[in-house]
Amino acid sequence: MNTSMTATNNAPGTDADVVLSAQGVEVVYRDVLLGLRGVSLEVKRGSIVAVLGSNGSGKTTLLRALTGLLDVHRGKVTKGSMQFEGQPLERRDPASIVRAGMAQVMEGRRIFPALTVDENLRTGAYTVRSKAQIRENYDRVLSLFPVLVDRRTSTAGYLSGGEQQMVAIGRALMSSPTLLLLDEPSLGLAPLIVEQIAGIVREVNAQGTSVVLVEQNATMALSLADHGYVLENGRVVKDGPGAELLADKDIQEFYLGVGDAGRKSFRDVKTYRRRKRWSS
Amino acid sequence: MTRFIEFALAGLAQGFVYALVALGFVIIYKATEVINFAQGGLLTLGVYLVYNFTSGQSVPFPLAVVMSMIVTAGVALLFERLVLRRMLGNPVFAQVMVTIGLLFILQNLVIAIWGAEPLNLGDPWGISTISIGEVIIEVRDLWTAALAIGVLVVFFLFFRFSKLGLAMRATAVDQEAALAQGMSSRQVYMAAWGIAGATAAIAGVGVAAGATGVSPSVEFVALLAFPAIILGGIDSPLGAVIGGLIIGVTQSLTAGYQNELFPWLWAGFDDVMPFIVMVLVLLVRPYGLFGTPEIKRV
Repeated sequence: MNTSMTATNNAPGTDADVVLSAQGVEVVYRDVLLGLRGVSLEVKRGSIVAVLGSNGSGKTTLLRALTGLLDVHRGKVTKGSMQFEGQPLERRDPASIVRAGMAQVMEGRRIFPALTVDENLRTGAYTVRSKAQIRENYDRVLSLFPVLVDRRTSTAGYLSGGEQQMVAIGRALMSSPTLLLLDEPSLGLAPLIVEQIAGIVREVNAQGTSVVLVEQNATMALSLADHGYVLENGRVVKDGPGAELLADKDIQEFYLGVGDAGRKSFRDVKTYRRRKRWSS
Repeated sequence: MTRFIEFALAGLAQGFVYALVALGFVIIYKATEVINFAQGGLLTLGVYLVYNFTSGQSVPFPLAVVMSMIVTAGVALLFERLVLRRMLGNPVFAQVMVTIGLLFILQNLVIAIWGAEPLNLGDPWGISTISIGEVIIEVRDLWTAALAIGVLVVFFLFFRFSKLGLAMRATAVDQEAALAQGMSSRQVYMAAWGIAGATAAIAGVGVAAGATGVSPSVEFVALLAFPAIILGGIDSPLGAVIGGLIIGVTQSLTAGYQNELFPWLWAGFDDVMPFIVMVLVLLVRPYGLFGTPEIKRV
């Protein structure tokens, strides 16, 4: 599925091929604080798109803008436009966006700790009307996460971090989304579990869901992604196919810990490289 | 022994009334983190509406209660929609102050319409009693208990099995995460106020069927339910019930035995006793008996 999609990636994008697009999105918090300074991105149908960036680069703000959760944080989209499935996303409430087929796994998992696993999953299907559909999604989630089968009646807050992340992803899948947004699913998890999560993301994508993967763990994200964006200070400073970014020297130095450490910003790269050339 | 059982049973009945009052507080607190001081006002309004329907229009009593529930819920909804909705995002403290404002408005409204004189609720139970062996039980106590248990069962089923109930619990835990699932906080707040209003009407009937009668002092019973809420844990419906029962029985036993056991205590000490129990419990369990300290695992 992925390979056939990457073939169409290079063709001039007709609207049907693009699930999500954003042009020059600017976000302002509390009327003063710039969260995003004009971010554009595009998600092709059936692809995985990685969004990389350090803390405070605007990754989470971007997701909030897309899912209608800026209100809660007193943020506003002040410029630019966003489309999901060809429909504008501005000024829509979170419920209508979920109903349209966009679901997200929030940063830090944000499961409902006092509710059981089963109830957590059911909250994800809140917008789904048909009981048969809910049952089908439920079975699909449990087949994706067999670990959760025995945990259905456990209080979710007492599960391990990895299991909680599975609950969070499962909950998002309960609305059978066409686009899944994941905000740092690897956060605070052991490497083995991160690998597991990566496998799940790949499988979900293979079943036909487009994915936006926001990560600090660049190796994991780029190894999955068809296309990647690097955010810094609320701007896209670099983008390209996943494999290309993975091989990129600067990215390697910044996010993969290969080469010299010690630089603070991606924007310093050019001067830094120049300096390195001169000094060598 | 017979006396003890009678006191205990009367206490339980009173406790169920407290539980009903407490449930109204708990449901709004859980959904919005606001302690709704107007709950006592809603209680009073509910009672007077029942009186109004039974005496003026001579509606059958059960129907009058249902009608009162609907109107009281409507008033609560209206208040949420017109006032509190606009205050969302403001400090909880400001919202609590607004509910105190509503309390005074309702209080004065009721007195302006129906006067301050005690009236007759028009309930069919009166002062009739039944006796089991040597124990005499008042019929109205049985009915209050039955009403309270009925409401509790409906609460339980609603929160456990309905979609809106699930949304209310999820929103109470993490509002933003609930929004992200497509749940509507507005719907949840409205539901919470509506349910609290309807519950207030039933609780009011429980209060007014007892010694208080239909009078503006119905409202003070709501204050006596306060120890019950704090004792049980302010975010726990089950806690509200257990807390209510403990307070009711404590109060009834204190009133019954204080003269022979502690003759040096002043009259009316039974109204103080609940607060003493509350303080003692809080010293040991600061979140109340069933209140949840945050469950968190990083």
